[in-house]
Amino acid sequence: MDNSPKTENSLTIYPFVVPNLLISYCCILVMPEKQRGRYAALAIAAVVIVVGIPLWWKTTETYRAWLPFSEISELDSLQLQLSVDIEVVFSRGTLTPEQQKKFPLSHVNEKEHQVDVSIPELLTSPSTEADLSLHMLSESSCGSVVVYVIPESSTLLPEDVKVYVGQRRTALLRSPPFKTSWNLKEVLSNLDVEVEQVVSTMSFGHQDIVAALSNRVRMTKVTKESMADSMRAIKSSPGYEITFSLLNPDPKSHSLHWDIEGAVQSYIQPLLNKLAPIANFSVDSQILYYAVLGVNPRFDNSVSAYTLSADSLSHVINPVEARLGSNAASSNPVLNFLLYVPDAHHSPLFIRDHSKRKVPSNAFHSPRWGGIMVYNVNEMYGPEAERPVDININMAKVMGVFLAQLRLMLGVQHTHPPTGFVLQSPGSAGLADWELDRLLWSRSVENIATASTTITSLAQLLDQIGNIVINDNIAQQVSSAVTSLQSAVAELEAGNLAFALQYSREAILASERAFFDPSLLHLLYFPDDQKFAIYIPLFLPMCVPIVLSLLKIVSEAKKRRADKQAKSD
Amino acid sequence: MDYYNLLTTCAFIHLLVSIPYAYSNYVENKAGQFFSSGHTNNWAVLVCTSRFWFNYRHVANTLSVYRSVKRLGIPDSHIVLMLADDMACNYRNPKPATVFSHKNMELNVYGDDVEVDYRGYEVTVENFLRVLTGRLPPSTPRSKRLLSDDRSNILIYLTGHGGNGFLKFQDSEEISNMELADAFEQMWQKRRYNELLFIIDTCQGASMYERFYSPNLMALASSQVGEDSLSHQPDLAIGVHLMDKYTFYLLEFLEEVHPASQANMNDLFKVCPQSQCVSTPGHRTDLFQRNPGSVLITDFFGSVLLHDMKQLVADVSSQKPKQKDWHPPDGFILGLWTLILLVFFQTYGIKHLKHIF
Repeated sequence: MDNSPKTENSLTIYPFVVPNLLISYCCILVMPEKQRGRYAALAIAAVVIVVGIPLWWKTTETYRAWLPFSEISELDSLQLQLSVDIEVVFSRGTLTPEQQKKFPLSHVNEKEHQVDVSIPELLTSPSTEADLSLHMLSESSCGSVVVYVIPESSTLLPEDVKVYVGQRRTALLRSPPFKTSWNLKEVLSNLDVEVEQVVSTMSFGHQDIVAALSNRVRMTKVTKESMADSMRAIKSSPGYEITFSLLNPDPKSHSLHWDIEGAVQSYIQPLLNKLAPIANFSVDSQILYYAVLGVNPRFDNSVSAYTLSADSLSHVINPVEARLGSNAASSNPVLNFLLYVPDAHHSPLFIRDHSKRKVPSNAFHSPRWGGIMVYNVNEMYGPEAERPVDININMAKVMGVFLAQLRLMLGVQHTHPPTGFVLQSPGSAGLADWELDRLLWSRSVENIATASTTITSLAQLLDQIGNIVINDNIAQQVSSAVTSLQSAVAELEAGNLAFALQYSREAILASERAFFDPSLLHLLYFPDDQKFAIYIPLFLPMCVPIVLSLLKIVSEAKKRRADKQAKSD
Repeated sequence: MDYYNLLTTCAFIHLLVSIPYAYSNYVENKAGQFFSSGHTNNWAVLVCTSRFWFNYRHVANTLSVYRSVKRLGIPDSHIVLMLADDMACNYRNPKPATVFSHKNMELNVYGDDVEVDYRGYEVTVENFLRVLTGRLPPSTPRSKRLLSDDRSNILIYLTGHGGNGFLKFQDSEEISNMELADAFEQMWQKRRYNELLFIIDTCQGASMYERFYSPNLMALASSQVGEDSLSHQPDLAIGVHLMDKYTFYLLEFLEEVHPASQANMNDLFKVCPQSQCVSTPGHRTDLFQRNPGSVLITDFFGSVLLHDMKQLVADVSSQKPKQKDWHPPDGFILGLWTLILLVFFQTYGIKHLKHIF
């Protein structure tokens, strides 16, 4: 490893010594005595200054490959422009004929893009068929949103529902009330607000972007919900490990069977397949026997069951976590999902929330760690059953809960949809297209922010510490990270979400690899006084005679000139 | 003669360099972004830096902190334990597979569930800095890495032999306080911690946290600059000192803490006053955003996974660290050499050097 600072190269003495000796011998042979000393000293000094010092400097400097510092400092002031393709389609009856006539065929502002006025066929009730047919009408690309505006009095949507968001990238918006006498501008401005709300739900809103940039941007208004949201979703990472564990504290009473492979294939894998552009997922499962929770549940007489209160939940996981294990080879973050079947003496076991009510799913989750679900089996067998009792776990119910928790933890779930909105559940697909888009937007922004912070801090670090060696591969990683970042920003501006995400992923991979390269260790800290203490005994005895002899030559020359002056006078 | 004296004094004045310590403004701006953040996971890095049988007490120190931290809930996967020597299976240990912290062998801190990540000669300054900054070779297994994120609270405990501004590793190398401060700054740049608690039990331990300049750091040391940290009790059967005073009383304090306890940092600062410890323990909280009274012990020593989002109080108290001793400025040795040279020439006179030419 070429971490040697200037002090470790003792071979640099040789360029000083050898030529000097040679020249001295030459002078001895050639010159008359009187001038010998003078010319020898001059020659030695010349060799030292011309050859020695540059050679010493060159051989003791640390190798630093060139880095694009100017481009990196540009990245520091990052300005992102995100553009979403929005198509607003007006259905028959939303506009009066006069307004329709005056409609501009293409109206572009920074928020909307109306393509043209088309009149689609609509079925009578909003259902998956309607949604599918709407999707067929306009095949929307990744990141775009299509809003269909229906008349205010339409019966397509129930009374109190303003917006219906489908599984794909389409939404039905009930037109806000407006008078027929209004001119086009007022209609459009009224509609603007509604469409903006729809788009911020389906793509991104101000809060989402601020949360994604949270490690760069100061969060000015931190509400409890926003902070809770930002802490719940796991940070962007190139890969994740998902582990399902079945905890059986009482194998003597219960012999549990769970078809985890099938359940993962049918419930979890579709979601993970859809999320493939974001990260690599690896799923594994295990069964732990005699694993007890850290807290003794209390028996509640009113419901004749054991309960775990919300306060004790913090300590439930700790003793189990020690036994959970993880894949030793990868350093990806792990999401653990535990399924706990209480032992026969502590069944049934219910979880109570802060207001002492039973949690319906009987599960809770911990931000960035995972989730745990308690599965009661006491009703499946009577007291006379032969121990151990064979129990097949209903994977559909379990996976429903785990899937919801997984969506929350990956940041997919939209926690607070605005009033009047109905979001169609994604069902077996696991993930609606627009939810995926939301995640892609926030992930791209987060990746770009993180990568740019990493690169700028790396550049700062390398600038500050002159002793670190910068190898070629690091310079290459940094350059590729910078170019990927620039491409990602450009793609975001153009609205190509898929490409933007891909470039941002490349950028973050390259920047992490560059920052965490093992060779960038600033290990040797040399304070200045130590450097001088090492060099002075080495160079001083040699340089002092040279300097003094030069001074002597100068003083002699001065004296001779003064003599000449006196003589000529 | 006079000219030389003038030159000397000029050189000295010229070399009086003053290093500015006023980073509090910078810290406030940087850490303000995180003043209301909480943590979601806990990590601990526990390092014992001395080897040889007579440094038994350092290994016992580290193992007692390890034991407390495990008892309060941090799992092995989140603890990086570095022990420079193996005392439990040392040839000179009359009770093999044990490391005691009390005389009369009351408490065996080795236990039966110890996972040492870096052992023996693997405990070096380089490996320690690599663990902190994350610059490990790709082949390093997960258990040897500090995989913290921006919501991790990290506890770092160092013990061994130290001096003014350095800590000795393995009797052959040392880590300086500047390197440690730079490592923490790199951790901050990459957001590898939310808050960090640094505890050091060595002689002149307070010098190690003097140079910190990254936000959200709290530091405790067992002795001030110029003081030695003393060991506690020898055990006549084992034949060595078992623990250091500061960590002994720290262990006593931590044994009273349980996972749901509400003890806070102000109680930790009171551990081992001078009457018990002989040395004066010190602490540094000016870089820490929260009020120490509102920081629970379990925020660092335990692992409380699911927690309420408390509205944390941003109380930035800017205390500059008290400099008890005058430290010679940098470049002191340069001045010393200049002085030596001048005296040399003055004594021997330039005229004698004529004979060389």
